[in-house]
Amino acid sequence: MASCTDDTRTTKLVEPKPGRKLHRKLLFLSGLTLPLPVLAGYSFNFPEPVTPIARETLHIHNEFMLVITVLFVVVFAIMIYSMIRHRKSTGHAAARFTGPTSALQWFWTLIPFAILLFIDFILMGIPAVKAIVNMEDTKTGTDIVLKVTGMQWKWQYEYPEAGVKFISVLATPREQIANAEPKGEHYLLEVDKPVVLPVGKKIRVLLTSLDVIHTWWVPQFGVKRDAVPGFLRETWLLIEKPGIYRGQCAELCGKDHGFMPVVVRAVPEPEYLAWLETQKAEAKAAAGGADRTWSTEELMAKGKEVYDKICVACHQPNGQGLPPTFPALAGSKLVNGPLLGADGKIIPDSHVDRVLNGKAGTAMQAFRNSLSDVEIASIITYERNSFGNRKGDMIQPAQIKALR
Amino acid sequence: MSTATTTHPAEHAVADYHGGWLRWITTTNHKDIGTMYMTFALVMFFVGGLMILGVRAELFQPGLQLMKPEFFNQLIGVHALIMIFGALMPAATGFANWMIPLMIGAPDMALPRLNNWGFWLLPPAAFLLTLPFTLALFGIGDGALATGWTFYAPLSVQGGMGVDFAILAVHILGISSIMGSINIIVTIFNMRAPGMTMMKLPLFAWGWLITAFLLIATLPVLAGAVTMLLTDRHFGTHFFDAAGGGDPILFQHLFWFFGHPEVYILLLPVWGLIPHVLSTFSRKPIYGHTAQIYSFIAIGLLSVVVWAHHILTSGLPLPALIYFMFSTMAISLPLAVLFFCWIATMWKGAMSFETPMLFAIGFIVLFGIAGLTGLVLADVAADAQYHHSYFVVAHFHYALFAGGIMGVMTGVYFWLPKWTGHMYSEKLGKLHFWLTVLSFNLTFMPQFFLGLAGMPRRIPDYALQFAEFNAISSIGAFILGFSQLIFAWNIWSCVRGGPKVDGRVWEGAEGLEWELSSPPPHHSWETQPVVK
Repeated sequence: MASCTDDTRTTKLVEPKPGRKLHRKLLFLSGLTLPLPVLAGYSFNFPEPVTPIARETLHIHNEFMLVITVLFVVVFAIMIYSMIRHRKSTGHAAARFTGPTSALQWFWTLIPFAILLFIDFILMGIPAVKAIVNMEDTKTGTDIVLKVTGMQWKWQYEYPEAGVKFISVLATPREQIANAEPKGEHYLLEVDKPVVLPVGKKIRVLLTSLDVIHTWWVPQFGVKRDAVPGFLRETWLLIEKPGIYRGQCAELCGKDHGFMPVVVRAVPEPEYLAWLETQKAEAKAAAGGADRTWSTEELMAKGKEVYDKICVACHQPNGQGLPPTFPALAGSKLVNGPLLGADGKIIPDSHVDRVLNGKAGTAMQAFRNSLSDVEIASIITYERNSFGNRKGDMIQPAQIKALR
Repeated sequence: MSTATTTHPAEHAVADYHGGWLRWITTTNHKDIGTMYMTFALVMFFVGGLMILGVRAELFQPGLQLMKPEFFNQLIGVHALIMIFGALMPAATGFANWMIPLMIGAPDMALPRLNNWGFWLLPPAAFLLTLPFTLALFGIGDGALATGWTFYAPLSVQGGMGVDFAILAVHILGISSIMGSINIIVTIFNMRAPGMTMMKLPLFAWGWLITAFLLIATLPVLAGAVTMLLTDRHFGTHFFDAAGGGDPILFQHLFWFFGHPEVYILLLPVWGLIPHVLSTFSRKPIYGHTAQIYSFIAIGLLSVVVWAHHILTSGLPLPALIYFMFSTMAISLPLAVLFFCWIATMWKGAMSFETPMLFAIGFIVLFGIAGLTGLVLADVAADAQYHHSYFVVAHFHYALFAGGIMGVMTGVYFWLPKWTGHMYSEKLGKLHFWLTVLSFNLTFMPQFFLGLAGMPRRIPDYALQFAEFNAISSIGAFILGFSQLIFAWNIWSCVRGGPKVDGRVWEGAEGLEWELSSPPPHHSWETQPVVK
């Protein structure tokens, strides 16, 4: 039910066999079925774990569920026995005791607390401490660092050692969300560019955010950590099995909180290294783009591509925005204002200033560090010449490079 | 002032007081004010419920059908604030107003004018909280608070004017609660009948006493936090902005320093009333009266030192994680004392199962699930999976609906005949109980599984593998919501009339409150009773 690691499995998810569905419903009806992972094939439990942390977490969860189910059944069996035996309608006469009176009674009274003390601090407490110490050990034997930056409403992934970074956004078409088209099997859990990681390597994940708090979560990794603006948080992964793993942002981060998935493609190391090389080459090509002069058509085409990925969630495909929170670009004073000052510098609170530096206290973030010169130049050019805006001017990537 | 009222309880209300609506504005009588609190709570219960039915309707199927995500986010946050501050807390205060003077042998609350003011701050606060919805319809602002009830910065710094409205509403609600708490503490400390020592004080009053201290201890912290938020929003401070030397996580610490005790603020009054109900319908004295008092105190103390278990994924240092895990688990011990005492009170009694008893037993079982899943949630390793997921949503609804709201329903059915002098319809009461319990589980049990499968909370749309459980949950929610109309109707018809009851109402009822007529005279105890 929850695992999306391979296609055969997920196809089943979309069209469950009637028998399995019935089985699931019967299980549901049986009430407290929390601790039955084996029976339910994970439908009622965590998805299949693929990291040491997730395996440990699942183990602790199963053990704990077993313990609390036993507690629940025993305690309420006693209560139900009493409810059946000690009824007025069957003529049971009420006793008058209000507390333990003999040493033996005190003994029986204190037994449950001794058991609970044992469960809390020894049976579950000791494995929990071991697991936490392991979870927090992000530094021993780390092979790769991955930096994850949350922003409204997308993730940026960066490989600091390789100098590669890119933004990953939801790839589910708008029409599917609006119910105008049938939904695909990975509805809301698909991105344009998944993050690629090698299997069998310890990956130290550093997290931060550009605007509000986000939470990076992939259930099969057993890892969930907040991305806090202005601070670095960390966690680690060691993926044991190649596959595609899907998760979501888990902290309410505004309008499109439900629409910023995490998709990780875990591959064998050689494949990862090859992928990283192509990314490096692409990054180099993109950086080189800032040195040549771009035509208006090129900037407009690139601008539309980037706008549809980065800007569209707030400012909408037609540039009308969602006022008052997300202002319209169509007819906007700012967009239709002057491009640069007479001295070639940025005018405060101008179009270029806003895209580069954002606006504090609003969802408009500074794109200075997350987008390339080419992307910023093309977005600005595109916005000034679309949605009914007809400024007719343009800005070159080289100019942006100089302005930084 | 009123000498005739004790002999003619049924005609008590009118003689000394303003007639009509002015009576309700100016009243300083603990019963009138209690009634207003309860009525307000019931209205807010339906307002908050209506909001969440909107949410559940949207979540019935994948895809966006009814509303935009922005509006969805407003509904979930305001639902929580309305249910906590508008329904549960006022209901508990209503109980306190009605019952504490009756139980401790006092003529009224100690500070009657403060009492009146405390109530009349609530409607403006509720108005402020919900006004942005209406303003948005007229194109003013972008609607209500859309950050969830937790106001986390920097999302709340970025939010629209709905956040400002909510901050002001929280301030007013906080002032109201603090005044109510002061009143309850002063009343319990000073107005007990001769012979009623603190250890003989009824458990309901004890539960409320701890609640009142918790409110006074923690509400100012919340008020401070939201004020800092307000200055961050409008006056250029940087309490929660790293760029100016602040820290977004500071807000979470401050919020939960209030927010965790708040859970016990909502539950302690209920834990206080449950033993009275169990003892009444088991026809047997309360087991472990003293042990329960010490458990209340222990839980009250522990509740202010465990707050960070709400933010275990925010990147706390290792020693903090271990400390907050173990301190949280420690709460299970005094809580286990309570469960033990509840069941021991029933043990070897002569039980009968009228509606209040059914609700009390339903409360114990379902709140047991909340407690046990809470124990699991405290485990930092497993919490990484549960946190921010539907597992947590299910857990705290078992705590606050099954624990809080069903506890309040227990109290309403238990005391309504006392308040009105009429018996409610037992048939409708039982129907209400079974519909509530079954549909509650239908709504929230699937949410445990949704959380385990990886569905984050507060999302307006979800992946296809979550569809079936969400559909079941939505169906349950609608049955649950509409079942509450039976509750409202039952209360309404009981207030209007019904079979007369005597002062004791229930065969096994013990305590001062049952010595008075039903309904009790306008001034409860003209001469104080003596407790042996």
